[in-house]
Amino acid sequence: MATTADQFQAHTEDHGHHDADHKPAFFARWFMSTNHKDIGTLYLIFAICAGILGGFISGIMRMELAAPGIQYLGYWVSLMGGEASFDANLHMWNVLITAHGLIMVFFMVMPAMIGGFGNWFVPLMIGAPDMAFPRMNNISFWLTVAGFSSLMFSTFVPGGTGMGAGIGWTAYAPLSTSASPGPAVDFAIFSLHLAGAASIMGAINFITTIFNMRAPGMTLHKMPLFVWSVLVTAFLLLLALPVLAAAITMLLTDRNFGTTFFDPAGGGDPVLYQHLFWFFGHPEVYIMILPGFGMVSQIVATFSKKPVFGYLGMAYAMVAIGVVGFVVWAHHMYTTGLDVNTKMYFTAATMVIAVPTGVKIFSWIATMWGGSIEFKSPLVWSMGFIFLFTVGGVTGVVLANGGIDDVLHDTYYVVAHFHYVLSMGAVFSLFAGFYYWFPKMSGKMHSEFLAHLHFWVFFIGVNVIFFPQHFLGMDGMPRRIPDYPEAFTYFNQVSSYGYMIMAASMAIFFVNLAYAFIAGKKAGDNPWGEGATTLEWTLSSPPPYHQFETLPVIEDHQDYHDHRQPAAT
Amino acid sequence: MNFGTWPQRALTMVTTLSAAALLALAPQAALAQSVAADVTAPLPPAATAPVLETTEAVPAADAAVPAAGTYKPLGADMIKGQPVDRGITFQQQYSEDGKFAMWMHDAILLPVITAISVFVLGLLLWVVVRFNRRSNKVASTTTHNTFIEVIWTVVPVIILVVIAVPSITLLARQYDSPPEDAVTIKATGYQWYWGYTYPDNGGFEIISNMLSKEDAVANGEPAMLAVDNRMVVPANTPIRLQITGADVIHAFAVPSLWFKLDAVPGRLNERLLTIDEPGIYYGQCSELCGARHGYMPIAVEALPRAEWEAWVREQGGSVAGDVVEAVAAPVVAAAAGTEEVAAAVPVS
Repeated sequence: MATTADQFQAHTEDHGHHDADHKPAFFARWFMSTNHKDIGTLYLIFAICAGILGGFISGIMRMELAAPGIQYLGYWVSLMGGEASFDANLHMWNVLITAHGLIMVFFMVMPAMIGGFGNWFVPLMIGAPDMAFPRMNNISFWLTVAGFSSLMFSTFVPGGTGMGAGIGWTAYAPLSTSASPGPAVDFAIFSLHLAGAASIMGAINFITTIFNMRAPGMTLHKMPLFVWSVLVTAFLLLLALPVLAAAITMLLTDRNFGTTFFDPAGGGDPVLYQHLFWFFGHPEVYIMILPGFGMVSQIVATFSKKPVFGYLGMAYAMVAIGVVGFVVWAHHMYTTGLDVNTKMYFTAATMVIAVPTGVKIFSWIATMWGGSIEFKSPLVWSMGFIFLFTVGGVTGVVLANGGIDDVLHDTYYVVAHFHYVLSMGAVFSLFAGFYYWFPKMSGKMHSEFLAHLHFWVFFIGVNVIFFPQHFLGMDGMPRRIPDYPEAFTYFNQVSSYGYMIMAASMAIFFVNLAYAFIAGKKAGDNPWGEGATTLEWTLSSPPPYHQFETLPVIEDHQDYHDHRQPAAT
Repeated sequence: MNFGTWPQRALTMVTTLSAAALLALAPQAALAQSVAADVTAPLPPAATAPVLETTEAVPAADAAVPAAGTYKPLGADMIKGQPVDRGITFQQQYSEDGKFAMWMHDAILLPVITAISVFVLGLLLWVVVRFNRRSNKVASTTTHNTFIEVIWTVVPVIILVVIAVPSITLLARQYDSPPEDAVTIKATGYQWYWGYTYPDNGGFEIISNMLSKEDAVANGEPAMLAVDNRMVVPANTPIRLQITGADVIHAFAVPSLWFKLDAVPGRLNERLLTIDEPGIYYGQCSELCGARHGYMPIAVEALPRAEWEAWVREQGGSVAGDVVEAVAAPVVAAAAGTEEVAAAVPVS
């Protein structure tokens, strides 16, 4: 690197520390923040809290599903202040699946990936002092919190057969319209409006920042792949979320103002809602995984001490995934009665996505190939990601076949598939990114031992949870049911034991966090060594409150993503 | 990048591993099959035999008249399509399309996805063994290799084409139009039960509710799947199955017939279904439809054509017997057609 910490922070050093590192008082700093790093921290804290809640809900679900029959739902109904009855108990189940899905998608993965790591590291990696619109950044975060509050509030008001919105995270009409009277569903829908508006603003912010605030010399083709991934993700958000907003606004008007967009009695069509929802929903799954791709690329290169293999292929594979991701939505709707040509098209188009995804998988392996690899925790999590995402990806190829999906649609096979790509894909990359950047963000080193232990216990846990669910799905167990025929007992039990293992691993994670803050060693500017060549490692850990007051210059002869010239300090 | 001989060696290792994995899985699949057989075998034969013997025709399903040619609900010994305890694969299939689809999954998709997963795992393990800091002190600086990049783009495309061919075939088969003389049955999803209407046979509707656990067990049927009145259909006869929803979206799904179609309000979804043999085939509603979504199972009872016709008459419906005689020839032709297709399926 031609540029070093000293050069970037020269301004800081010159004027003493007060200018660049002067932090506002507590309330102003954390509630009125315009600093990308503080907002990133807020997003991460928020995502961890939401993740605890979403994970707790999955624990409730696994507990209920551990044996046939309805065991505990009545207890949760009473705990939430409702009156337990057969229908209220079953409604509680639907509220749980709805809340788990919405929380994990909108309030855990997205805030952590884009709001958390995106905010923290996009400006650092492109050599920018902050995001382009710092105040919009602030309102993005607080709208997300407001959206979460709206969702939480919905569980305390009537939603038809019981308290809360029991419509599934997909909120299919007419279940979410005429069949769910009461304000709960309105609050749940409004929570999506708020979270969606927050994400659109975030996307605008990232696109503007990445296009206009790169350090001199950093061309698009020299950007780190994580920045590429956030850029593609931001475009997906910008194009997909307005469609969701339209769809759920129509739900609201159908519910409250007498329109009939999705009501056949007035000339509407319930399937229209599904087209609109999945036109958003499919890009959404890439929104959740693409930043993870970016993080894994950084991490794999860092610990292999090698540049990313096939950088351009990697960047444009993400662009391809983003583009193709917009034309495959109806594979979520194979059983709605699509005609044969439509199904053939969506079968073929869906399978196409496997190609750029394969390019990425093989490029990561090729990046490691020939490397001198240090198996630090971020890399171990990334390798877990690569393998488990592959497993989730290949079951996706199975599901892509419209004819095969006729038996697997809406079964536990689908649940297993999307948890392999999300709860193992997205979440593994989140933990990889967390362990990778935690020293940079906090200035403290976590325990590598605990991080490895966390990995192995989590790895075993999630596989025990989700692998048997493939069997359940193939044997015919539908999704979203609180009770099941006896034949499904065994693998449901196994799955519930897996949850306990996974929960234990999360305890290790929090112990590790506490250890790092209480007794963690101080992290140097670059704790990961020569392989870590992106700009954030040239700053102190944690970075100064305002960084890059003098912009770093990426020199022409340097291929930014190419780690071969680290010597020119 | 110089991949040297490592890829070859790795490939050999991976091939061996995947072969081993397949060998390891095969007995399990066989085991699952035998478990399937075991489950159906020990059930008490005709547990429904001592059901009230009445002559009244209307309440249908549990009214049994033991005279020849008249309807009696099939007993638990005729249960064919149901989940298998600890089953790790699909339920046994009782329709030609289902057999073809299952063949496609077992013979093409499963080996391919297993091989890919094992291959990636093998590469990762190899990287761990060979390229760790101690084994490989100096990292290579390779960042591009056009040849290998083309390979890993083109090979997946070829694999996908190989998958796409039977996949498209399967889709085309599933969308075969029902022949003119197909029996039309309309299934309507309600919150939270199913209604089965027979528009060609007088338009009567059978309402099908889940049996309580006690009743199901007393009947020798699986709890959560058994119903009071089954959807009675003719076996070996093309059925024009129409699905619609009365209130919210439900989904009519029977895994052992490879059939799932959403019951959408305002739409009439239609699909051809031919069940190979008489028997009981269970399924469950497969689209979230509110509180009792898990409590509206589907039970299809396929009877020989003559017995089904007798059943229809008992419901007060008509079969238009003479007309059926007149169109008997096309029925045979259609049946022959199905057999030809069946013969074309390599494994079933």
